[in-house]
Amino acid sequence: MRELFTADAGPALINITLLAILFIVAIAIARLRSLFAIVMLSGVYSLVSAAWYIAVDAVDVGYTEAAVGAGMSTAVLLGAMLLTARTAKPEKPLKRLGPFIICGATAVMLIYASVDLPGLGDPNSPANTGAGMTYMHVNWYDMGIPNVVTSVLASYRGFDTMGETVVVFVAGLAVAMLLGFGERSLAETLRSNKKKGGKGKGGDAS
Amino acid sequence: MKSDHHMILRVIAKCFIPLIMIYGFYVQFHGEVGPGGAFQAGVVIAVAIILNALIFGLSSTMKAVPPVFARTVAAVGVMIYVGVGFWALLKGGLFLEYQALFGEGPGGHHGQHAGVIIVELGVLCAVAGAMVTIFYALAGRVAEIRDEDW
Repeated sequence: MRELFTADAGPALINITLLAILFIVAIAIARLRSLFAIVMLSGVYSLVSAAWYIAVDAVDVGYTEAAVGAGMSTAVLLGAMLLTARTAKPEKPLKRLGPFIICGATAVMLIYASVDLPGLGDPNSPANTGAGMTYMHVNWYDMGIPNVVTSVLASYRGFDTMGETVVVFVAGLAVAMLLGFGERSLAETLRSNKKKGGKGKGGDAS
Repeated sequence: MKSDHHMILRVIAKCFIPLIMIYGFYVQFHGEVGPGGAFQAGVVIAVAIILNALIFGLSSTMKAVPPVFARTVAAVGVMIYVGVGFWALLKGGLFLEYQALFGEGPGGHHGQHAGVIIVELGVLCAVAGAMVTIFYALAGRVAEIRDEDW
């Protein structure tokens, strides 16, 4: 019992709490049928997992998760949800058995594989001794930039990042090509507002 | 006075949207020394615009940030990135070799600093523009949420 109150207990407690919240939110998402609640809960899930990433010192990942997962994708999912019905159909209980077995088998395999993972922050882990350490050593001489992540992304792997940028651009372009640029709704709103004597802003684009 | 169901929401959003914008630019220009970078900054700035669209209506946001502007910014961002590559090429270096931007010898860091900052600016523009374009494309299809539906 005494070991619970050592210096490591604090971070462990935070980890356990955050992961428990994640687990509960995931179960709630799986059980709910109201799409609006599911979208909101997925935002909550992203936010909690961002907090957990920061707790395990993956600040950049946490950053991205908070910005993209909690901010951007929640807004996009809300927009997508408005295109469809607000609730999902109830499903037959027996149909859940197959996905449940697959999830359970995957979980067992992941737990089995996690035994071989190096400890958190282990200096002798392969990730910290190989290329990562080399970058840490040569970065300051090559770049004069303190943040190794930035210099790896922008300079050492500039081509890679250029490809990512182009992918993001092409993704936006593809969505806009498929769904339209959204200008029709703007024109329609302006027209209907003009008909009503220029009521100013207000939403009746329908 | 027109009855506004979302007075508190709108007043608070009005205070927060500039803060989110400033935070996005902080993440952008602080990327060299701290966590985060242009991808995150672009998304944060796009989220500020999307928040504006969710709270003040799509049409007023589209007047402030027109869809043409959003997709132009996305394209210009990619061109900035590629442009830095060709700049280095013209200076006699390899494609995207920042060291060659100002023709410095080894040990000089000005080319690296300038290259990284300009490239990140390109990424910021591309990501923010593309995200806003995606949002406009999705949101432009549906009838807007009326005030009473919330």
